[in-house]
Amino acid sequence: MQRTTMDLWVGMFVMLGIGALLILSLKVGNLGTYGAGQSYDLVGNFENIGGLKVRSPVKSAGVVVGRVTDIQFSLDTYDAIVTMRINGQYTFPKDTFASILTAGLLGEQYIGLDAGGDEVMLKDGDKIMMTNSAIVLEEMIGRFLFDKAAEEDDKGF
Amino acid sequence: MPSENLIEIRDLSFSYNARAILKGINMTMQRGKVVAIMGGSGSGKTTLLRLIGGTVSPFAGYVKFDNQVVHELNRNALFKLRRKMGMLFQFGALFTDLSVFDNVAFQMREHTDLSEAMIRDLVLMKLHAVGLRGAHQLMPAELSGGMARRVALARSIALDPMLIMFDEPFTGLDPISLSVIGSLIRRLTDALGTTAIVVTHDVQESLQIVDYVYFIADGVIAAEGTPKEVLETVKPFVHQFVHGEIDGPVPFHYPAADYQADLQLEENFV
Amino acid sequence: MFKYLVSSIRHVGHGVIDSTWRLGYASRFFILVLLKSTTSLRRFGLVIRELYYTGVLSLIIILVSGLFVGMVLGLQGYETLQKFGSESAVGTLVALSLVRELGPVVAALLFASRAGSAITAEIGLMKATEQLSAMGMMAVDPVARVVAPRFWAGIISMPFLAAMFSVMGVFGGYLVTVVFIGVDEGSFWSQMQNNVDFRIDIVNGVIKSCFFGIAVAAIAVFEGYDAPPTAEGVSGATTRTVVTSSLAILGLDFILTAFMFRGIN
Repeated sequence: MQRTTMDLWVGMFVMLGIGALLILSLKVGNLGTYGAGQSYDLVGNFENIGGLKVRSPVKSAGVVVGRVTDIQFSLDTYDAIVTMRINGQYTFPKDTFASILTAGLLGEQYIGLDAGGDEVMLKDGDKIMMTNSAIVLEEMIGRFLFDKAAEEDDKGF
Repeated sequence: MPSENLIEIRDLSFSYNARAILKGINMTMQRGKVVAIMGGSGSGKTTLLRLIGGTVSPFAGYVKFDNQVVHELNRNALFKLRRKMGMLFQFGALFTDLSVFDNVAFQMREHTDLSEAMIRDLVLMKLHAVGLRGAHQLMPAELSGGMARRVALARSIALDPMLIMFDEPFTGLDPISLSVIGSLIRRLTDALGTTAIVVTHDVQESLQIVDYVYFIADGVIAAEGTPKEVLETVKPFVHQFVHGEIDGPVPFHYPAADYQADLQLEENFV
Repeated sequence: MFKYLVSSIRHVGHGVIDSTWRLGYASRFFILVLLKSTTSLRRFGLVIRELYYTGVLSLIIILVSGLFVGMVLGLQGYETLQKFGSESAVGTLVALSLVRELGPVVAALLFASRAGSAITAEIGLMKATEQLSAMGMMAVDPVARVVAPRFWAGIISMPFLAAMFSVMGVFGGYLVTVVFIGVDEGSFWSQMQNNVDFRIDIVNGVIKSCFFGIAVAAIAVFEGYDAPPTAEGVSGATTRTVVTSSLAILGLDFILTAFMFRGIN
């Protein structure tokens, strides 16, 4: 085997390998949606995050605009501090409403952002003031039954 | 003024797993001579070559090569020393993944800064010396045993060493290849002015080309002398060896317990 | 009975001592190879040559296997997912399985049997035919000249091969589900991109394959260098390379997975 042909093959091999890594990162993975590092963090306090996890999507009008990057428990307020990284190309007004929603009846949970009307936009590290906790199915059923029982009691008297 | 003797071996002993292989060998090899080391299979001839090359260290005694004690050298000095030695392994040990040309060029490329054009000329000269200039593009797998041996010979003289060691160069060769290798050993040593050690048990071929012969048996030197002295000797061991007799000082049987006792004839009948 | 018990305990002890000794010997050899790697990094041509034999010649088996594994994943994934009406998630399933697990692991297993065994056999045969001793006598260190380039070529080619395996697998899954079965192309890709994370899935997959590359290359060169210089010895060493590498890959995979993905999902 001639040295030059061998070099050519190895060169092609390495290029193919790098090409495969690039395809994996850009086409299969979500490196493209990281927006080349242009992103900013928002923080929100939630009373109950339900089944929200790190890496859960942040959606607005159904479009994925970012991801949850950190979930901590706050000892000051006894609630959850959720940090989300929002894609740099999307900005939201100051009075945006963040709620934890569920995709479908039993699907994964995500944060939904409802844009408000404020003219001032949220910046990196800002806190979303208005949040809505996850709906926990057991609580909902419990409350429903309790209400029903109360109604029955009312009728009884 | 370099001393007359290229190699001096004094009281050299070596054992392998408590089995003594060499027990106090003394040898002297003058520059420009072809010396044969003969002995039966497993008598420690190859070990002796390894000790000279420094791949193993002696148990006692020393090997002095070009006024340096081999086993006392550190790694770098030893590698420097080995550049002055060439070795022809029993079956050539050509690098199977390199062509004949690259095999001969191997050491030049590893150890020198010669230009590729210069290396080409040198390699072709070495191959011409063994008569295989036309085969320089072949791969080792395409060579016959005798040709492979000749290429290995060309490779071992690539850097014009002071000493060439031949480990059983005649094994498994047809009569023509055998005389070719034999005459090449003599001619090349004379032409290059090097010293050669030929480890062999091919008595007839080697006695024609060497200047001096050592016989090793049981880890000691059993006899030594010029080929003429060896042929005329009456020592029983040498006589047996030179004439290839089956029994003699070298017994046919490996030392064993009593035959009858070993077969446990009595116990089996109990 | 008592005698039998003692002898079997002795047998176990012998095995433990033997394998510990061998492990220590192998580690020492591994460090030796690392120390003597400067030559192969200075003369990179040697590594390129070995990259041809380990990397380029493994391409066919890696690409074809990747394609088929991806196609099977697509088919099986579709069959299962469509029962729950979520066949659009098949892209995610194929991509995540490949990038996280199958790509690095199966590519490494194939690499061990294709290139690892070849490295062992080559070094073992060079030893058996005294080529390594001859090299030593020519004042060229065989570990630096023969072993280290093969070791590095193995390490370098592994992540590339694993990535190619995964890409071919995703392509195979795409072929089966989108082209043949007719899953919506848009949701196939978008679901995949939404759920395959670059840092967590892809980078960790590449890290895994790097570890596998080191394991396979180290085992292959050690077994070759350590092989008894006979035909039997070399064939035994080749088998040991494939068996030990496969076990090492699967064991390492469990350990690495436990470290990487625990507590994320």
